[in-house]
Amino acid sequence: MGKLDGKVAVITGGARGQGRSHAVTLAREGADIVVCDIAAQIASVPFPMGTIEQLQETVQLVEDLDRRCVAVQADVRDAAQVKAVVDRALSEFGKVDILLANAGIGSFSSVVDMTDEQWDDVINTNLKGVFNAMRAVLPHMIERRSGRIVATSSMAGRVGMPNIAHYAAAKWGVIGLVKSVALEVAQYGITVNAVCPTTVNTDMIHNEATYKLFRPDLENPTAEDALAAFSGLNVLPIPWVEAQDISNAILFLVSDDARYITGTAVEVAAGMNARTAA
Amino acid sequence: MGKLDGKVAVITGGARGQGRSHAVTLAREGADIVICDIAAQIDTVPYPMSTPEDLEETKRLVEDLDRRCVAVQADVRDGAQMQAVAERAMSEFGRIDILLANAGIAGFASGGSWELTDEQWRDMIDTNLTGVWQSCKAVIPHMIAGGRGGSIVITSSTAGLKGFAGTGHYVAAKHGVVGLMRTLAIELAPHNIRVNTVHPTGVNTPMVVNDAIAQMLGDNPSAIANLLPVEMLEPVDISNAILWLVSDDARYVTGVTLPVDAGFTVR
Repeated sequence: MGKLDGKVAVITGGARGQGRSHAVTLAREGADIVVCDIAAQIASVPFPMGTIEQLQETVQLVEDLDRRCVAVQADVRDAAQVKAVVDRALSEFGKVDILLANAGIGSFSSVVDMTDEQWDDVINTNLKGVFNAMRAVLPHMIERRSGRIVATSSMAGRVGMPNIAHYAAAKWGVIGLVKSVALEVAQYGITVNAVCPTTVNTDMIHNEATYKLFRPDLENPTAEDALAAFSGLNVLPIPWVEAQDISNAILFLVSDDARYITGTAVEVAAGMNARTAA
Repeated sequence: MGKLDGKVAVITGGARGQGRSHAVTLAREGADIVICDIAAQIDTVPYPMSTPEDLEETKRLVEDLDRRCVAVQADVRDGAQMQAVAERAMSEFGRIDILLANAGIAGFASGGSWELTDEQWRDMIDTNLTGVWQSCKAVIPHMIAGGRGGSIVITSSTAGLKGFAGTGHYVAAKHGVVGLMRTLAIELAPHNIRVNTVHPTGVNTPMVVNDAIAQMLGDNPSAIANLLPVEMLEPVDISNAILWLVSDDARYVTGVTLPVDAGFTVR
């Protein structure tokens, strides 16, 4: 008996990384899963993004747990594509109980040097993409007077961070969105929360562009070079958390164990948050 | 197989209400339990406090789950008594993995917070803030010496995140434990000891459901109106959040203020 038997979850950005971990974690607790992912490159993103093959592998991992999984290639920046994902979930499973607005990208530049394309791609993916997903799923959740939404913010949604101002602006924005929507839909028994991870051990950080963000002093920094800088953000003596740690927090938030938690932002951040004022 | 097999938890204020629910919830997941409670009245508290019989009842509920439970009558305001609780836990079980600093009292001024009596202010700060510090002070050296890490959860309140008219002493204490938590989280991280706070809205316990609080709320009925359509939470809702925080599922969660408040503080 799982904590989510009979539930249906829609997860954006599910091809790999945190989204894939969430899919497997929720499936293990009994949920059927709909994953979407752009599964394509965005030109301004300086590391390889998810692929169709990775999206299919997530499906395989969920099906290995004897749960059903539908994968849809969709870009969260495009409201019509996100609505099509929710429509597909409804036609396959008849309902959506859980939305995890997880899809996100990054790129690196000071504001002075930032291009319109860098700004727009991060804001449209990391902030508008969350809005698109919430708007697509909420009429159905309101009609059923039940639902759980978790949006993935970041510790960059709690503090300022140089060279990712667009990312920080989007992630702060997600928390404002989450709190506002929580107010709008509480009357229907729908909870809306955010998680704020510190650095997570995924492909989004393990690439030279991200290492360079942490070690701008080096020409070709490696993971080892970046390790101390990653660790320096955290209070617990670790460089990063695993995707599973974020999945565990999300599982708690979408389960009945957290039935009365809404409108909050939960840091899974190895204590980085103990130093911040937010 | 439980999430807390082999662990030992010390829970203050365990005679009834949330503390009892935490004891039962953690025991169900395999933990052995040490509870303490003042189990006596404090003069300035305007509702009946717990009794030694309540404390014994919690012990019985834990033992019904085939876990061991040691119950000690102790006042969190008194450092020596809290040292004795920690030493009793060590002598009985040889380790302390979890501390739930849960003991707390409620009260309010007849008017504004400047009209609180000195005794009201002193008892509140001594119990709800100094009591948390005394509990931490007694337990932390044993956790560090054990070398196995640990998890501390302090029960704050929605009053630890915002103000409430007429309860400046309670609000100050509940804000104060957030500062203590954030500081301990930084200090104890090298030892893999995590420290977090939970912030409940109104919970269905004897501290909230009593004539004195009913009268206060009668004067100001919207004071505890939640966002989600639920009048009052059950103790188990707080226990579930604490179980998550103290389990390995939250192994990298520290320094967090977790509201369990039906959206109360979003407004």
